[in-house]
Amino acid sequence: MTETIGWVFIIGGVAFNLLGCLGLVRFPDLYNRMQAATKSVTLGTCGILFGIFLMTGFSAIGIKALVVILFVLINLPVASHALSRGSLQFGVKLWRGTIRDMFTEDRGGRSIIETGEGEEK
Amino acid sequence: MKAAKTICYWLGGFGVWLLLTWSLAPASLIAGAVVALVAALVFGRDLPLNPLRLFNPVRWFWVLVYIPVFGYMVIKANIDVALRVLSPGLQLKPGIVKIRTTLKSDIARTFLANSITLTPGTLTVEIKDDLLYIHWIEVRTEDAAEAGRLIKGPFEKLLARIFE
Repeated sequence: MTETIGWVFIIGGVAFNLLGCLGLVRFPDLYNRMQAATKSVTLGTCGILFGIFLMTGFSAIGIKALVVILFVLINLPVASHALSRGSLQFGVKLWRGTIRDMFTEDRGGRSIIETGEGEEK
Repeated sequence: MKAAKTICYWLGGFGVWLLLTWSLAPASLIAGAVVALVAALVFGRDLPLNPLRLFNPVRWFWVLVYIPVFGYMVIKANIDVALRVLSPGLQLKPGIVKIRTTLKSDIARTFLANSITLTPGTLTVEIKDDLLYIHWIEVRTEDAAEAGRLIKGPFEKLLARIFE
């Protein structure tokens, strides 16, 4: 029984990871892609690890899976924050549909929102 | 205070070692204790927690409240992202807004930023003192106070009870 539930968690996790990858392809700019990648991959990876824990129980492998869930939950958001912050300061362009960029406004730099020239026309 | 922090760090490091090795063989225990001690002596004073608060059961009660709320928000965020990814027209209205936080300590702000990143449609891109810049996948309001209420949700109050 627990093995079946474990498989459900693993398959669900893989499905969310797949959705994250789809988002990575479909979304228009780095920041939106980072959103899809962070959220889906966090839940997907945690789902897979929790499925492993259910299937192996309180063994060396299962406990490692639980500890790794904790590390993933703490570190993935930090990594995506670091990447998007670096990109923003470096001036990686925001998608042209972006309606407001208070960060660049406050810093007083030139707008880094795409103007849409060259791509559409 | 510094010694208490080092001891807390040592206990925590040794606990993680026990969980990761999952064996009670003497050689493994001694190696873990020594490694955790070295790490504690080097990094212990930088522990961003107050040792006196670490053993306060009221704070741990709020941690227990925080976990299901956080889990619910993470699942909601994933359904939200999944719907956006699968919708044919890409319903996006992204923007970067700023909000203020009343949290004072670094560790509480870190957890708030992490929680915001994992909740629906928001990604923390920069923190300057009490200002948080958030990339929002669907900007519903540009007003700082209203956006703060929508983005922070229940987290700020819970984290204040846990860390401050």
